[in-house]
Amino acid sequence: MPQLISFTDKGLYCESGKFYIDPWKPVESAVITHGHSDHARFGNKYYLCHRFTKPILQLRLGDNNYQTTEWNETINMNGVKVSFHPAGHIIGSSQIRLEYKNEVWVVSGDYKTEDDGISGKFEPIKCNVFITESTFGLPIYKWKPQQEIYNNIINWISKNKENGKASILVTYSLGKAQRVLQAIKETTQTIFAHGAIYNMQQTLIDAGFDLKPVVRITPETPKELLKETVVVAPPGAEGTSWMKKFHPYSIGVCSGWMQVRGNARRRNVDAGFALSDHVDWNSLLQTVKATGAEKVFVTHGFQAAFSRYLNEKNIAEAAEVKTQFGDEDEEINSPLEIKPEEKESE
Amino acid sequence: MNEEPKIPQQEKSSEFITSSGLELFANLVSELSASTKTNEKIQSLVDYFAIAPDADKVWVIAIFSGRRPRRAVNSRLMREWCTEMVNIPEWLFNECYHTVGDLSETLALLLPDVKNENQKTESLSYYLEKFISIEKEDENIKKKFIVDSWQQMNKNERFVFNKFITGSFRIGVSQKTIVNALAKVVELSPSVIAHRISGNWDPVATTFQELLSETASLSDFSKPYPFYLAYAIDGEVEDLGDINEWQAEWKWDGIRGQIIKRNNELFVWSRGEELMTDKFPEYFILKDLLPDGVVLDGEIIPAEQGKPLRFSVLQTRIGRKNISKKQLQEAPISFFVYDLLEYHYEDWCEKPLTERRKKLEEIITPIKNNAIQISEIIHSNSWNELADLRKKSREMNSEGIMLKRKNSDYKVGRKRGDWWKWKIDPLTIDCVMVYAQKGSGRRSNLYTDYTFAVKDGDKLVTFTKAYSGLTDKEFGQIDNFVKRNSIEKFGSVRTVKPELVFEIAFEGIAASNRHKSGVALRFPRMSRWRKDKTVEDINTMDDLQEMLKMYGK
Repeated sequence: MPQLISFTDKGLYCESGKFYIDPWKPVESAVITHGHSDHARFGNKYYLCHRFTKPILQLRLGDNNYQTTEWNETINMNGVKVSFHPAGHIIGSSQIRLEYKNEVWVVSGDYKTEDDGISGKFEPIKCNVFITESTFGLPIYKWKPQQEIYNNIINWISKNKENGKASILVTYSLGKAQRVLQAIKETTQTIFAHGAIYNMQQTLIDAGFDLKPVVRITPETPKELLKETVVVAPPGAEGTSWMKKFHPYSIGVCSGWMQVRGNARRRNVDAGFALSDHVDWNSLLQTVKATGAEKVFVTHGFQAAFSRYLNEKNIAEAAEVKTQFGDEDEEINSPLEIKPEEKESE
Repeated sequence: MNEEPKIPQQEKSSEFITSSGLELFANLVSELSASTKTNEKIQSLVDYFAIAPDADKVWVIAIFSGRRPRRAVNSRLMREWCTEMVNIPEWLFNECYHTVGDLSETLALLLPDVKNENQKTESLSYYLEKFISIEKEDENIKKKFIVDSWQQMNKNERFVFNKFITGSFRIGVSQKTIVNALAKVVELSPSVIAHRISGNWDPVATTFQELLSETASLSDFSKPYPFYLAYAIDGEVEDLGDINEWQAEWKWDGIRGQIIKRNNELFVWSRGEELMTDKFPEYFILKDLLPDGVVLDGEIIPAEQGKPLRFSVLQTRIGRKNISKKQLQEAPISFFVYDLLEYHYEDWCEKPLTERRKKLEEIITPIKNNAIQISEIIHSNSWNELADLRKKSREMNSEGIMLKRKNSDYKVGRKRGDWWKWKIDPLTIDCVMVYAQKGSGRRSNLYTDYTFAVKDGDKLVTFTKAYSGLTDKEFGQIDNFVKRNSIEKFGSVRTVKPELVFEIAFEGIAASNRHKSGVALRFPRMSRWRKDKTVEDINTMDDLQEMLKMYGK
C-alpha cells in the first residue's frame, strides 16, 4: 500500500483522497494550510482552506472555487477524513490532519507554538506520521517571550521620537504586520503604512477581524504629517526612494533571522527584532514529541540537521523531504530577497 | 594650546548607573554594530567614555588599538565546554557555526540563558585581567572560570566576552574613530591622542589619566597633512592636453603613507590616518637620515634592492603587532616617496609640483638606503609612447600610471583635475561556479564564497575562488540558486549545478603548484554575472595557459 501522503513533483499528494496539500503546480484539488504565497498558489481548480484564509486568498489569487471549513470540523474526501487545526503561524493558518484506515498523518504547514492572540492557539495533534517545517531548526534559534520583544520595539519607537526620528518597522505584509500592529496599537495613535501592508490589513478588517486600522501613505501624504511617526513597510520598500519621505528615520526589522547579527548588519538596519512566526528549536522538539509520531518528515528549513538529530536521539524515525515551500515564504527566504508582490510602490 | 587632557569628572550620576562594566561595553558593541554612520559611532563611544569605569576605558583603548591579552583559552576547548553544557552533538555545533559564521556568536547563542536576572557581571577590566592571570593555569581552572562566567552573563555579554578570548574583534570601528571620540572626550586634537595611544604601554599598569597625559609636553609634532587623492581617468589621456605639462610615475600598489620628521622624532601615517610608526622598523633609520621639519608623501611597499615586490608580501605583515625577524627578511619594506609637503617646518603644499619635486630629489638622492627611494618619473615624448610604457605596468608590479600636472599644488582630499590614475585594465576570464560556501560576518548564512571552473575538454577544472564584486541583491539571488541547485554537501561546502557564468577580473596570473589548474590569480573578483552566457560559452584551460604565458612571471 502506498503511503497516505506521497511526495510528488507537484507537491504533497494524498492518493486515496485525491487531493494535494499546498501544491506548487496547478492541480484539480488543493487543500491549503495558509495564505503565504509559497503555500497557496495560482491555478488550482478547487481550494479547501480555513474560513479565515479565504479573504487572503481572494486578495492574492482573485476569485476561485474556494470552499472553507472551521477548525476541528471533519470533511470526508473520497474516504479520507480531513480536518483543520490551528497552526498559530498567521491568521487562518492550519495544520491538516488526515485519517485513513486507522492511520493519522498531520501536515504542519508553517507553525508557531506561542499564542500571538490573532493566529489561533497551536495544539499538537496526536498522529502516526508528522510532516513538519524546520525554518528555524537549529539550536541557535531560541525566541524570547514575545512580550519582551514587543517592549523592545515600543522602547525603540519612543527613543526614536525623542531623537526626532520616524520609526520604520519592516515586516511582511501578511502575518508579521498584523502581529506587530496589535503589539504597538496601545502605545501609538496613528500608524502609517505602505500600500502592501494597508491592503492586507484592510482586507482582514473588512473580513471582520478586530485589527488596528492603518493610514495608507500616498504620494499626496504631506511630509510634515509623517514626522516622528510609526510607519510599517514591507521588505521590498527597504532602501527605495519611497523611504525618503520619512527622513530622518530609523529602520527596525522584525524577523527571526535577526537572531544572528550578520543578518542585521548585512541589511544595514538600525535595529533588528528577532520576532518570528515560526517555531524555534526547542518548540520544534517539544512539538514532535507531543505528537507522538513514530515517523517524521522534515520539510523546508534546516531539514538535514533537524532530521539527523531526531534520528540520533531516537526521538522519531525522521527523513528530509524536498519541497518548494520556503522559496517565497516570508521567512525562509534569504534575508536579502525581495518578494515581487511586495514591491508594489504605493 | 592647552595640551593637558581634560579628564571628565565621574559624574555623581554614575551612582545611578546600575549596569556592570561588561554590560556597558556589551551595549556599546551592540550600538556600534547597529549604526552605519561614523558620527553616530563616535557619539556612542563618547557616551561610553563618559560613564565607563576608568580601568575599562583603558582596556577599550588597548583593544581597539591592537593590544589584547594573549589568548588564555583555545577555541577548541570553548567549543567542547559549550557542547557539553548544551548537550548537543559536535556536528550540530558545527552546523550552527556555519550558519552563524562567527564562533563567539555561535557560543553566545547556544549557551543557556541566565537563570537569575539579578546576577551582576563584573567590570571589563576584571575579566581581561583574569584572562592574563589564568593564562598559565591548567585546564580545569580555566574551564571553571569560563563556564562560571558564561552562566552569569546575558547573550550580548557572552558575545563580547568570547570575542576577547578568540581575538577577532571587528565591529566597524577603526582606530581613527576611537581617536576622534577620545579627542572629543578629553578635548585634545586627534593627532595628539593618536600619538599618545601608540607605542608601548601596558593596559594593566596604565591609568586613563596617565595614558592621555603621558607625553603631554609634546605638542602636535606628529600631525600629518590631509592626503591628496586622485580620480581614475575617465576619458582619453589625449584630452589632458600637452604631455609636457604632465609628470608621469608608476602607480605603486602599497599603502599610501606620510613620513614625518619633526622635533627629531619620526612618525609614519597611513592614508587611513592611522599612526603606524611601530609597524615599520625599517624606517627608524630615517630619523637619522632625514633633515628635521620634513613631511614626505609616498607609498609603503615591499621592495628588494629598490624593486617593488607584490602587495601580497606586505599583507603578511600588516595587522601584526610584533614583527618577527623572519617577516622582516621575507617582507622588507621601503618607502617610495613622490612628494614633499613640508620642508624646514614650512608648508610646501601650495608650491608647484616641479618645485616640490626638485627639492625632494635634493633631499632623497644623497640618502643611499634601502628604506627610502624616489618614485621615478617616467619620461616619454607622446601619449602613445607613454601608453606603450604603461603596458609594462604588470612587469613593474605596478597598477598603471599616475599623471600629475607639473604646475599643480598639493590639494586636500579627492579632487579632479591635476592628479589622475591611469590604471591598466584587469585581465578577465569567463567561468562557471561549481562550489559555494557560506560567508562570515555580514554574510553569514548566505552562500557568498564561490569556486569557479574553466573547461578542459569536457571536464571542468577549478582554478580560483572569489567573494566580491556583486551587489547584495545579486548575492541574494545566487544564494537562492545555490540552495535549490546543490548536488552534494561537504561540510559547509556545496557542489552546485554548473550553470551560473561569471566574468572574473584579476590583476595578475602566476604559475602555482598549489592549485589543480596550475595557476594562481591575483585579486580575483566577480566583475560581471554573465546571465547572457551558458556553461558552453566559458573559457578553457588553454585560454588560461595562454594568459599565463603572456602575463605570468
